[in-house]
This record gives sequence, C-alpha cells and structure tokens, in this order.
Amino acid sequence: MPDKLYTHDHEWLQIGEDGLATIGITDHAQNALGDIVFVELPEPGRSIAKGDGCAVVESVKAASDIYAPLSGTVAENNPAIVEEPALINKDPESSGWFFKLRLDDPTAIGGLMSKADYDKFVETL
Amino acid sequence: MVPFAGYDMPVQYEGIIAEHLACRNGAALFDVSHMGQAEFLDAQAFEKLVPGDIIGLKPGRQRYTLLVNEAGGIIDDLMVANLGDRFQLVLNASRKEIDLAHLAAHGVRVTALPNRALLALQGPRAAELLDEAAGLTFMAATEIEVSGIACVVTRSGYTGEDGFEIGCAADAAEKLAETLLARGAVPAGLGARDSLRLEAGLCLYGNDIDETTNPIAANLAFAIGKRRKLDWDFLGGDLVRLASENEPLKKLVGIRIEGRAPARAGTAIRAAGETAWPIGRVTSGTFAPTLNAPIALGYVRSDFAAAGTPLDLIVRDRAIPGTVTNLPFIPHHYVR
Repeated sequence: MPDKLYTHDHEWLQIGEDGLATIGITDHAQNALGDIVFVELPEPGRSIAKGDGCAVVESVKAASDIYAPLSGTVAENNPAIVEEPALINKDPESSGWFFKLRLDDPTAIGGLMSKADYDKFVETL
Repeated sequence: MVPFAGYDMPVQYEGIIAEHLACRNGAALFDVSHMGQAEFLDAQAFEKLVPGDIIGLKPGRQRYTLLVNEAGGIIDDLMVANLGDRFQLVLNASRKEIDLAHLAAHGVRVTALPNRALLALQGPRAAELLDEAAGLTFMAATEIEVSGIACVVTRSGYTGEDGFEIGCAADAAEKLAETLLARGAVPAGLGARDSLRLEAGLCLYGNDIDETTNPIAANLAFAIGKRRKLDWDFLGGDLVRLASENEPLKKLVGIRIEGRAPARAGTAIRAAGETAWPIGRVTSGTFAPTLNAPIALGYVRSDFAAAGTPLDLIVRDRAIPGTVTNLPFIPHHYVR
C-alpha cells in the first residue's frame, strides 16, 4: 500500500491504485477526543467537496466534525466503527477507518503532509 | 488540562469512561480545590439569604442550600456544614466571588478560605479507603486527622455514590492525595465528574440552574426548609413562594435518548412527531457510561414534564426520540 498522507485537521488518507482514498483520524486525534461513543458517517454515493463537514465523532465530552480532506464521492463507509465506536480509539489508523472516497482528482494532493511532516506538526501543538 | 473558572483543571487522566466506572465500582479521587470555601458564625444572618433551615442545622451535620436573589433566581447552590464552633461553606468555583460579595452586601460576615484545598473521594469503596471517617452517615461533617493532616470531612459528594469531601490546608493537599491514591483510589478528572453528576441527576450551576432559574422549576424545592415555608422570610422568598404555589411554566426533567448520539446543552426539544416551535431545551447532555446510552437534563414546558412523555431532540437537524425519565438516572447509593 502507498504511504499515508495527513491533514492539519488530524485526518489520514491512503490513496489506493484504484483511486479510492481510505480516510480516518489520527492516533493524536483519537487521543485528544478521548472515549469515542458515537460516529456518524456519510452514505455511499454522497458527493463531498474538500473542506466540507462530512462525518461527526462524539466522545463523552464533546462532538467534533470531520472535514473532507479532498473532493470526491463516498464509495463505502465502515459499519464496524458505527457498531463499536471505541474501535476508533483502539485502532485509529487501520481497522478504525471512516470511509472511502472515489477522488475527483487523485493527483490533487497539495497541502497534505507526509507522516514525518505530520509528526513534526503535532510536536508544535 | 483545560481552563475552568480560572483554574487549569484535568479533564481526564486514564479516560473519562474508565474513571467514571472506577467511581461507580470502586473509589475515585477528584481534586476539587477550585471550589470556594468560606466560613461564618451567624446562622441567623445567613438564613436571610437562603431557603434552608440553617439555625436548625445540628453540629456535625451538613445541608445543601441555595443563595437566592430578589427575583427568586439562584445565585449559587452550595453546601453548609455546622462544625460546632462555626459554619463552613463550599461554593461553586465560578460563583465564589459573586457569592462572597452578595453575602457581604447583605451584612453577613463571611471569611473566605482561599488557602484550603478540597478532595472528593467517591465510590462504593470510599469508606474502606477512608476508615477514619467510616462512622459518618450521609451529610455528616467532622474534623479529623487523616495521616496526620487536619481535615474537615463530610460524607457527601457530587456523583450519587457514597463518599467524602475532604478539606485541608492547601500545602497538605498533595500529601493527602498521595495517601488516598496509595490506599487504592483512582484519580479522576472533570470529565468523569460531569458524567457522574449527570447520571445522578444533580444540577450543574451555569448549565441547569442560574440567576434566571427559580428553585421550583429546577426541582430544588427539597432545599426549602419546613420551618422556612411557614414565613418565607429570606431574600426572594415571596417569589419562590409564588412559584411553589403555582405550576411552573417549565420544569427541569431527565431525558433518556434513543441511539448513541448525545444531545448536548442547547439542543432544542420538540413534542414527539411535531415540527412546531420547540417546547424546551437541553441544559446538560452526555453519553452515560453506566447506562451505555445518551442522557440529558433540560427544561420543558410543564405539560411535557411527566415521566414517560415522548420527546424529539433536534441533533444536527434530525429528530432523535427521547423519553422523560424520573431522576436520578441511576439510584443514589448514600449511606444514611
């Protein structure tokens, strides 16, 4: 699999050769949110634009919006985290993925960070 | 850590759910030193500002009461303990300056105790961990030593569980906390404190009650002493009496919510299935770890306040079904 890319909003995405991007939140994000108890995901077929609020995560203490890192159409969402939201805390960057997006333009990845750059960014927070 | 009422407060240590369950099943330790502490001598003068029977409060006993303004609104909710030679107050952190100014303005001589810390040891194992105070009953107060530290201990708290609130000199607080942690208490933060008090159906000042809320609408009529209801001779008493003699326009109720999405403070409440104007609003809402379900406190129009009434909560533009539920959400476990 290709390397993950990261946003300043603490999301990760991994773009497959099929042009599908798998999207989730980072370990730093789940740690900051605390115990996640509810997640609302975009339905397959929904078209979303970069920067749109497209999912909601609720921890015991607060609700947080998840913003689309790139534009595209939702291909699939992850029923496992709806069933068991704590999976996002346990395994945020793998089985705790949120949804897959068929990207409008898989080459439009400007502004996203590498793992190393994201880790540096987190250290500055 | 988060800023809260001018203090840097821990939201969580291990995690809110783990800390919450530690309190329900064992013993949790909260640092609540941000709470205001003060003392006074003159119960007669103090009684003129609260609906509680303070003159009748026996030595060694504590009582929950309210500071009420001229309009019958709640300035603060607080604890008063009779320590024999003086009365001790525990005030909300965000309200302590306002309370002290109000008391002084009405001629009550109160001494603030800014150098006192306060720890809360809460949970079914609390009495085992603080066996020095195991003889107290719910709402009893005493002065004892814990590991050589002079403490004011009351058997009370803000979780619905058995437990103690333990005041001591600020410079002894760290040693006291370490003593209680070494005995097996689990450190818990503000997050668990909020979810615990909400499950216990206890009001949070600033969310569920404020200067515009009267004690009757907030289900706090129990804080009005029997003797005080004879003459209602406290500030705002005429208006609190009026509220008590009439059905309030709105009432604070508990709400169980379907699904898993919490309805936070501010969420509009509608009559079930209606799209009309809201009939109420959530004042506190969270995901209840003990119930594994979302719960809320909110004010609804009185004709929607009966237990079992179906409601819709409008979360992110969608109506989520809820039901008015008797409080507390989980039974209190006080040792009486």
